[in-house]
Amino acid sequence: MNMLLRPSPSQSALPLKSEGITNLSRRRFLGAGAGALVLGALLPALPHRALAQATANTVKPGTRIPAFLIVGRDNSFKLLSPFVEGGQGVSTGQAQMVGEELDVEPSRFVVECAPPGPDYAVIGGLRLTGGSFSTRSSYEVMRRLGATAREMFLRAAAARLDVPASELTTENGVVIHAASGRHVPYGEVAEAALALTPAENVPLRDPKTFRYIRQPLPRLDARDKSTGKAVYAIDQKLDGMLYAAVQHAPHLGTEPVSFANEAAVRAMPGVHGVHRLPGAVAVTADSWFRARKAVETLDVTWTRPEATGLKTVAADYSSEAMLAALKESKAAAVSAEKAGDAAAVFAAATRIVEAEYAAPYLAHAQLEPPSAMARFNPDGTLELWTPNQMPELFQSIAAKTAGLSPEKVILHSPILGGFFGRHFFYGAASPFPQAILLAKETGRPVKVLWSREEEFRMDALRPLSFTRFRAALGADGRPAALEARTVGEGPTGRYFGALFGGPVDGSAVEGLVEKPYAIADRSLDYVKLLHPVTIAFWRSVGHSMNDYFYEGFFDEVADAGGHDPFQLRLDLLKDRRRHLKLLQTVADLSGGWKRGPFDAEGGRRARGVAMASPFGSETATIAEVSLADGQVRVHDIWIAFDPGSIVNPGIIRSQVESAAALGVSTALFEEMVYADGVRQASNFDGYTILGRDHMPRIHVEIVESGEPMGGVGEPGLPGVVAAVVNAVAALTGRHIRTLPLSRTKFNA
Amino acid sequence: MIRININGRDYDVAAEPDTPLLWVLRDTLGLTGTKYGCGIAQCGACTVLVDGEATRSCQLALENVGSAHIRTIEAIEQDEVGRKLVEAWVEVQVPQCGYCQSGQIMAAAALLSQNPHPTDADIADAMTNLCRCGTYNRIAAAIHHAAA
Ligand code: FES
Ligand code: FES
Repeated sequence: MNMLLRPSPSQSALPLKSEGITNLSRRRFLGAGAGALVLGALLPALPHRALAQATANTVKPGTRIPAFLIVGRDNSFKLLSPFVEGGQGVSTGQAQMVGEELDVEPSRFVVECAPPGPDYAVIGGLRLTGGSFSTRSSYEVMRRLGATAREMFLRAAAARLDVPASELTTENGVVIHAASGRHVPYGEVAEAALALTPAENVPLRDPKTFRYIRQPLPRLDARDKSTGKAVYAIDQKLDGMLYAAVQHAPHLGTEPVSFANEAAVRAMPGVHGVHRLPGAVAVTADSWFRARKAVETLDVTWTRPEATGLKTVAADYSSEAMLAALKESKAAAVSAEKAGDAAAVFAAATRIVEAEYAAPYLAHAQLEPPSAMARFNPDGTLELWTPNQMPELFQSIAAKTAGLSPEKVILHSPILGGFFGRHFFYGAASPFPQAILLAKETGRPVKVLWSREEEFRMDALRPLSFTRFRAALGADGRPAALEARTVGEGPTGRYFGALFGGPVDGSAVEGLVEKPYAIADRSLDYVKLLHPVTIAFWRSVGHSMNDYFYEGFFDEVADAGGHDPFQLRLDLLKDRRRHLKLLQTVADLSGGWKRGPFDAEGGRRARGVAMASPFGSETATIAEVSLADGQVRVHDIWIAFDPGSIVNPGIIRSQVESAAALGVSTALFEEMVYADGVRQASNFDGYTILGRDHMPRIHVEIVESGEPMGGVGEPGLPGVVAAVVNAVAALTGRHIRTLPLSRTKFNA
Repeated sequence: MIRININGRDYDVAAEPDTPLLWVLRDTLGLTGTKYGCGIAQCGACTVLVDGEATRSCQLALENVGSAHIRTIEAIEQDEVGRKLVEAWVEVQVPQCGYCQSGQIMAAAALLSQNPHPTDADIADAMTNLCRCGTYNRIAAAIHHAAA
C-alpha cells in the first residue's frame, strides 16, 4: 500500500475517525487540520495577525449548542448548519442527525447555512461544503450536539417541574413527566436550557433504536422548490440597490485600457455608471437588463495577451496545444504509488498493452448563474450575499477586498442553484469582489449578476487531463504489471498546495492509485504541468477522469488477454469481499452479467462494467448502450453503491441518480474547447449538457457494508463514464481513449 | 407604460418595450420564482404560461405580451392541475438544487392542461427544459403521478 501521503499525527485529534476518510488526497487534506493554513495558502498577503487570531481560537467546533440551535418559545426549531444546501440534501441530513438525538422530528427544522465562525469548522478544524465530506464528517458531531442539547432540556425541565431529571423522558420536542402527567415543550425552557453548562459524554442513541437516521425522509426543501418559493442568491434584492452587469476581458489576464463610446453608454436608459474592474468592465443601472444591454454596448479596448506560450492564456492558447504539451512532456516524474518491481516484469514481458487517455476541460454549468450582492452598512460593516462553499474563506477575501477586518464582514450563504464544485474561491471566477468594489465606488448597495455568457467565460474548469498506461500481460493473459504516467495539474495542488506540501497532487492522481485489483507490480507516476487557465474542483474531481482512464484501460487489457472484463475483475478482486459483493450486486441488478453485443429493440446493444472507489465509498456500475446515427445512446445504468453506512437512503438514491446523469453527460457531450486563447462555447448552445432526450434509466441499489461512512454526492459519477465507454467497446470493438464520445463517429 | 396581466392582476410596467418578460417579472415585479438560466431559449428555467402555452419568458419582449394572460410559478397552486403537480413533485422528491424546477413545473402544467394523460413520448416531446441535477426521470414519474 502506498504510504507516500501518510496521514499526519495530528489527525488523531480530529472529531472523526481517521479511517472514515479513505480518500488519498482527503486524508492529507484533513491531516494538517487547520483552516488557518488553508487561508494562509490562499491568501499569502493576509496579515499575520489575522492568521494568528484564527489559530488562537479556542472554540471547539461543533460543541456550543446555541451556535447551532435556535428554539423559539413557540417550540420552533432552527438549525444553523455548517454546510450549504445546493441540491445534495445536506440540510435534511443534518436535521435527521440532530433531530434523532434531540428527539425532534426532522421535518420541524428550518435549516440555514450558518454565518462564518469557529464553531462550524467541523471538518478537522476546517469548514467547507465539498469533497463529499459533509455528512460523514459531521455525523458524530451533530448527533452529539443533539444529544447534549436534549440533556440540557431535560435538566431545565427538571428544575422547572422540581423533579429529578431521571423521572423525565422526551417526545418530539416535549419533556414529559409521566408520573404527574405534566409536559414541558422545549421552547418553554429553551432560554434556561441553553444557558446551562453542557454535560460531557452524553450517551448517544443505540443505532438499533433510530427513528429518523437511516430512513428515506423527504427533503425539507422539496415544497419550496416546487412552488418557486426557494430563494437563491440571484433572487435577492436590497433597498436602493443598483444592478451591475459585467463584460470580462476576452483573454484571461488582460485589462481594460479605454472605452470608445463611454458617453453614449452613460446616456443609455437607467444607466448609473461605467466602471473599470480588475480584468473586467461593469455598468451599474436601475435594472439588470438595462445594465447588461449597456455593458454589452460598451466598446472596450483591452491590453494584449502574450502572443504565444502555455504559461498564460496567450493569444494562441488552445486546449489542443495544452493536450499536446501534456503528452509530450519529458519531465521527470514523481512516484504516486509503487509496489513490487514493475520495471523487471516489463523487461521480461512478451506481451505489452499501451494506451494514452485524455479528457477535456469541463464547465460546471450549474443552472444558477453566479451573483453577489454587497452593502456597506452605516456601522462600518460590509454585508455580502453570495454563493459559496467556504464561508470563512470568502469572508476573509471579502474583508481584504474591502479593506476591513474579517469580523466586519457579514456573510450570507444562500442556497445554491447547483454547484458541483463551482463555488470554491477560484480568484477571478467569483463575482463577489466585483460587487464589493462597485458598492464602494457607488456608495450604494450593488448586485452583480453574471450573464450565462460571462459565466461560461469565467467559470473555473475541471482540468484537461492526460495519462499514458502500459500493462504487461502474464502467460495467463492477466495483467502482471501496470504502469501509468499522468501529466497535469489538479485543484488541490493549486488552491491548497501549502497545506499539502507533498510533490504529488492527490486531486491529479486519485482514481489511478489505491485500486483494489491484485496487480502486484505497479508504478504510477505524476508529472506536474501547470495550466494557465482557472481550474476547479468539479464533481468527483480527479476521479471524474482518472477512473475512466483506468477502467477503460482495464478493459483494453482484458480484451488483449482474452478475458471477459467482468470475469477479470472478479478474478483480480477475489480477496476483496466488499468489491466482490458490489460486482455481484450490480450484475444481479442488471439481470445477470452479459457483455454482448446482443439484439434488442431498435438494434444491437452491449454492456460495460466499471468499478470506482471515490471519497470513501465504493461503486460498481454497468451501462447498456446502442448506436443511433453513428452516435452513442445510453439506455440503462445500474449502480451498486456502498457508502459504508447511511443517513438518508432516499437522498443517497437521488444523489447517485444525479451523479450518474452528469457522468453520462460528460461521457457523451461535454468539453470546453479553447482556441486562439478564448473559450469556444459561451452558452448552452455551444456547451451541450445532458437533456431529457439522452437520459437513461438509472437503477440504484444501496449496499451497506458497515464500513466507515463514505461520501455520497460525488461517488456515483466516475464509474458511469467508464462503464459507458466500456459498453461502447463491447459494441464496436473500439476502446475510445478521449472524451466526449460525440467527437467519435461510429459506423452503425 | 405597458399594461400586462400576470396571475390575474394587471400591472403597468415602465420598461423598454424590448425588455424580456423574464426581467420584468423578476426585477420590476419581484416575482423571482421564474428563473434566469441562459437568456437564449436553451434551458427553460424561465418558462411561464402565456394563455396556457409553456413559453420561455426570456424570449418574449414586453411589447409582445399584449393582452395575454401570463401565469407564473407563484400562481401554480391556484388550480387543480397545479396543485396536483406540486403534490406529485413533493411525493416523488423531484427537486435537488431546485433551480430548474419552476420552469419544469410550468412546462408540466401546460402539458397536463392540454393532455391529462400523457405517455412517455408525450412527456419527452413537451418537457425539453434542462436540469443540471439530472432529475429528468423523476420529473416524468411525477407527471405520471399527477396525471393518475
Ligand atoms: S433563461 Fe429562458 S430559456 Fe434559459
Ligand atoms: S434540480 Fe438542479 S437544475 Fe434541476
